[in-house]
Amino acid sequence: MASPESAVNGPTMTAGAASKSLRNAFGGVIAFIILVLIGVLAFSIRLFSVIKYESVIHEFDPYFNYRVTQFLSKNGIYDFWNWFDDRTWYPLGRVIGGTVYPGLTLTAGTIWKVVNSLNIPLSVETVCVFTAPIFSAFASWAAYLLTKEVKGPGAGLTAAALLAMVPSYISRSVAGSYDNEAVAIFALVFTFYLYIKTLNTGSLFYATLNALAYFYMVCSWGGYTFIINLIPMHVLLCIVTGRYSSRLYIAYAPLVVLGTLLASLVPVVGFNAVLTSEHFASFLVFIIIHVVALAYYIKGILSPKMFKVAVTLVVSVGLAVCCAVIAILIAVVASSPTKGWSGRSLTLLDPTYASKYIPIIASVSEHQPPTWPSYFMDINVLAFLVPAGIIACFMPLTDSSSFVILYIVTSVYFSGVMVRLMLVLAPAACILSGIALSEAFNVLTRSIKFQLPGIAGNPSIAVRMWRIMSTSKENGSSTVVAPNDIPKTEEAAKEKPAKKNRKKEKENVEKKPTPSKTEKRLLVLPLEASVIAVLLLVLLGAFYVVHCVWAAAEAYSAPSIVLTSHSNDGGLHVFDDFREAYSWLSHNTDVDDKVASWWDYGYQTTAMANRTVLVDNNTWNNTHIATVGTAMSSPEKQAWEIFHSLDVKYVLVVFGGVVGYPSDDINKFLWMVRIGGGVFPHIKEPDYLRDGQYRIDAQATPTMLNCLMYKLSYFRFVETDGKGFDRVRRTEIGKKHFKLTHFEEVFTTHHWMVRIYKLKPQRNRIRGKTKKSKSSRSVSSKRDVRGKRNPWH
Amino acid sequence: MEASLRAQRTAALLIFAFLSLLAVSSSAAQEIQILNAERRIDLSSQIAIVFLTLKVENTGKAAASEVLLSFPPTEADHLAEVKAQAASGKKRKKTHVPLDVKPTDVPDAPKGAKCFRIALLNPLSPGETSTIEVLYMLTHSMEPFPAEISQSEPQLVYYRDSAYILSPYRIKQQTTFIKTPSTNVLSFSRVEPTNRAGMELKYGPYEDRPAYSFSPVLVHFENNNPFAVVEELVREVEISHWGNLQITEHYTLAHGGAKLKGVFSRVDYQSRPGASGVSSFKNLLARLPARVHSVYYRDEIGNISSSRLRTDSRKSELEIEPRYPLFGGWKSTFVIGYGLPLEDFLFESTDGKRYLNFTFGCPLSGTVVDKLTVKVVLPEGSKDPSAVVPFPVEQHMETKYSYLDVVGRPVLVLEKKNVVPEHNTLFQVYYSFNPVFMLAEPLMLVSTVFFLFAACVAYLHIDVSIRKR
Repeated sequence: MASPESAVNGPTMTAGAASKSLRNAFGGVIAFIILVLIGVLAFSIRLFSVIKYESVIHEFDPYFNYRVTQFLSKNGIYDFWNWFDDRTWYPLGRVIGGTVYPGLTLTAGTIWKVVNSLNIPLSVETVCVFTAPIFSAFASWAAYLLTKEVKGPGAGLTAAALLAMVPSYISRSVAGSYDNEAVAIFALVFTFYLYIKTLNTGSLFYATLNALAYFYMVCSWGGYTFIINLIPMHVLLCIVTGRYSSRLYIAYAPLVVLGTLLASLVPVVGFNAVLTSEHFASFLVFIIIHVVALAYYIKGILSPKMFKVAVTLVVSVGLAVCCAVIAILIAVVASSPTKGWSGRSLTLLDPTYASKYIPIIASVSEHQPPTWPSYFMDINVLAFLVPAGIIACFMPLTDSSSFVILYIVTSVYFSGVMVRLMLVLAPAACILSGIALSEAFNVLTRSIKFQLPGIAGNPSIAVRMWRIMSTSKENGSSTVVAPNDIPKTEEAAKEKPAKKNRKKEKENVEKKPTPSKTEKRLLVLPLEASVIAVLLLVLLGAFYVVHCVWAAAEAYSAPSIVLTSHSNDGGLHVFDDFREAYSWLSHNTDVDDKVASWWDYGYQTTAMANRTVLVDNNTWNNTHIATVGTAMSSPEKQAWEIFHSLDVKYVLVVFGGVVGYPSDDINKFLWMVRIGGGVFPHIKEPDYLRDGQYRIDAQATPTMLNCLMYKLSYFRFVETDGKGFDRVRRTEIGKKHFKLTHFEEVFTTHHWMVRIYKLKPQRNRIRGKTKKSKSSRSVSSKRDVRGKRNPWH
Repeated sequence: MEASLRAQRTAALLIFAFLSLLAVSSSAAQEIQILNAERRIDLSSQIAIVFLTLKVENTGKAAASEVLLSFPPTEADHLAEVKAQAASGKKRKKTHVPLDVKPTDVPDAPKGAKCFRIALLNPLSPGETSTIEVLYMLTHSMEPFPAEISQSEPQLVYYRDSAYILSPYRIKQQTTFIKTPSTNVLSFSRVEPTNRAGMELKYGPYEDRPAYSFSPVLVHFENNNPFAVVEELVREVEISHWGNLQITEHYTLAHGGAKLKGVFSRVDYQSRPGASGVSSFKNLLARLPARVHSVYYRDEIGNISSSRLRTDSRKSELEIEPRYPLFGGWKSTFVIGYGLPLEDFLFESTDGKRYLNFTFGCPLSGTVVDKLTVKVVLPEGSKDPSAVVPFPVEQHMETKYSYLDVVGRPVLVLEKKNVVPEHNTLFQVYYSFNPVFMLAEPLMLVSTVFFLFAACVAYLHIDVSIRKR
């Protein structure tokens, strides 16, 4: 991590003061090479999953994205926008084109198209697998740009190197993890960079680019609301702290106007861009910044006395109007049940909201609050460096550094609410740690150099060298400190690519007189302390690298559809049961058969088995999911009726009891009960618990032992070992020998992890069975109250 | 569906029986008679392999240069391969000379019968005798009955044939042996004299049957051999003159035996491997050429981890397991790909052309391929491709674009239906190629990078600003 600094300084030792420009050029080339290497690092550290497992799409959501990309590459963009998917949410279907964030799909689809137009025969799958690593390289470059704008290139390179391997980001962007976040983090950081760049330069060119980057972010991820709330917050902060400038106006106003217009072009956002509460902050600040701009303008043309009069006048009238508007707004917002906020946003604002009202959001593990170890796991030493980075940002506090501080503070809060948003924290943590490390190295290496005996003998060189140091450090921030700096205004006037600007800017800055010596001399530390501190910092960095590589290799690379375990003799045992089951479904069932399973497996079933499912990971219809949950927690006959009424032919359950796979359906079962019970009150959670404890052994409640999920999971399980010992729950099951009357086993995978059952066909009505049908009618009438779900009776 | 097929077959058999009574014989047939015919039918796998030894005598006045073979229509559709050879010499010192076999039409043959013409090496002069050995194979000739079985039941099949050999000639004496895979033969038709001993059924000897005699027989027996049927196989052989031969094989595999009825229970399958699912199969063996490298085995949803590769200096064996054991009626698809060193398979012929010498059939042992497509992708810029295949195949040309191609690579497509392991013979594809074309793509890349740098240099040295500074 010290390399950028030493790279910049190294040549100065030999080269004289005359070869400054050569040094700059050389430093630029080295910085470029380092950036390329960082990109390679970011890409290659994410390939562990391909090397250790295979080039395959991971987990659940990526399978959906992959399927959408396949559709896009096969049918083209227009069919994609109009795609009504009848393979999922049977019998409702889903309008895919209008309900997905299309950024990722369009990105990968474009890459695929370009590559194939060059006659390079890459499959869609290959492109999808490698999209995430490619974009993490982009993200680290974006982090370099952003940090460079805040604290100079040294900090930028450090931040980029940190971001390239931060475990939190790796967890979402290993090769095969084809999810929105993979491209969204790049878009997020890049949007922030362009915002800061606009703020520093006041260039309308960058403001436009910023709006486009924001558009890409809106296309990519629902997390775009973070941008559209954070930037207004920062603008407000700037205004409140008296940092209003025309650059701030240019950075903000075009973003809101263009950004909102562009955002509403994305079908999934549409009018939400102006209607939902997530976006109100931006409009409010938009009004405020105009008021402030007007005030500054009037202040400029009026004399101070007149201005005071005007202020009192405007404030009194303005307050009245504002109160009225706000009152109307509040009334409008309050009239909607969720106060205009989406469930997930509300969960962010009130962490207890989801667990109280929306079990389906609470049931997702990535929506849980994180634990302390997960912070250490995901951002590791960055957690300790961030405070230092915040301090570094305060000296001196500029528009850009205050933005970074705001970014870290908000993202720390959000990551504390949902473990998934640790991802938003990661870039902020990297940027601040980069700043901290870079500043620390700056101070320490300067102290060392200043006191080295060889150089100390020649103070003029030392002073000059240190002066260069401080100027190179300044050149990022000094421009911000003095907004009306001459080179800056010049630069704002011309709209030129960054490269030339940078060169010019550097020359300008270096011509300036450096800040006073006495102030800087105080920062010189004792030689021994500096050397030890440098060593310790290098050690810290090394620890971080080791941890990141370990996390990438061991913790985050498993594709989760293939499991492996090491046998005692060192051999590798592969559990490929999921794909075995999906492959079986796709080849040996009719193409229009409906498969019911818990929603976790919906995306995979449609993508890999190409069969219609009732519910999937896009949990947009709570009632439908609750119906499946109810069926799973009902006794066999009722479950059969529910499934039959939904045309289900196969039921798929995931069962880990044989091999000890813990995230199986029995462990998820309480959520099915809760979600089912949330809509159909006859399913009551206490019925499945014995004294508040969830158990499946002999102590379990009869409701539990008779529900469909129990039966489908443990059917003939006892015959495997004679006892029915469940290796996940570490107990013998409660009910061992039973028969299925309405379902029949059609397939069980090699390790029993997936079991597929077929609904038995409806029995012929036989005379003398009237008694039974009467009892079932009473059941159905009970359900009729719940909304006529079963048209069969 | 099944029933109507059966009805058709029986009708056809009846017609033959009727025709055999008429015993209409043509002038051509009259000149030759078969002194002794022995037929050995091997039913131990899913392919019926038939060895026919004919002792032919020319009874006519003129020399006969060819001998006719005929097959009933039920067999004609399933006929995968007919080979003939002339045997001469006594038992120990027998020499075999392969003979040319061509399909032909015989005007007075019964309707639907398919005839083949065997060209003799030396015309048979009047009164002379000669021994001809014929080997033919029938696929899909064993019909599972019952058509659906449960997991614990063995697979029973019907085999239909004629007790008498269908021949355009009078046969003096003939015997037919049918070998079944096990001793479990539930029933067989009797056309006296008929004997059964262990795994062998003997029909005959029958004396002096007229031409086109036919007597249908039906054997019902247990056959638990894997009925692995590759419904479609596309083999793509891509030649790269940089030293690699890349083979990609797309399989659609099915179990062609009795369909699985009802449930598949993993408990029964795992705990009683001998008694449960005896007719199912879970692994297959692919015999690949020696020096194979970068072998992969996957399907459309990713790698299939259950495979083992054994290589030695002469051959490579890839043992593959589909994702799940295949029961009757179940299907699976997968892809096998591997690379081979080019120098083992590509040679230069005397006229300066290059030719690829490669095996045609399916590398999976013991499988029947319903439709085989071999695509030979030649390097970009090669001309005049032509194929030499020892049996009739359909041919056409395609173009494939891959890795920065501009004009595309010529692809020679060979298609054949009903392929058995016997077709794993070498075929050749001749083409002419100018090695300069090998440099096209590297030069393209180099020039692209060059122009990129040139553009960068130009951009850095040109002032594009409108306003003068």
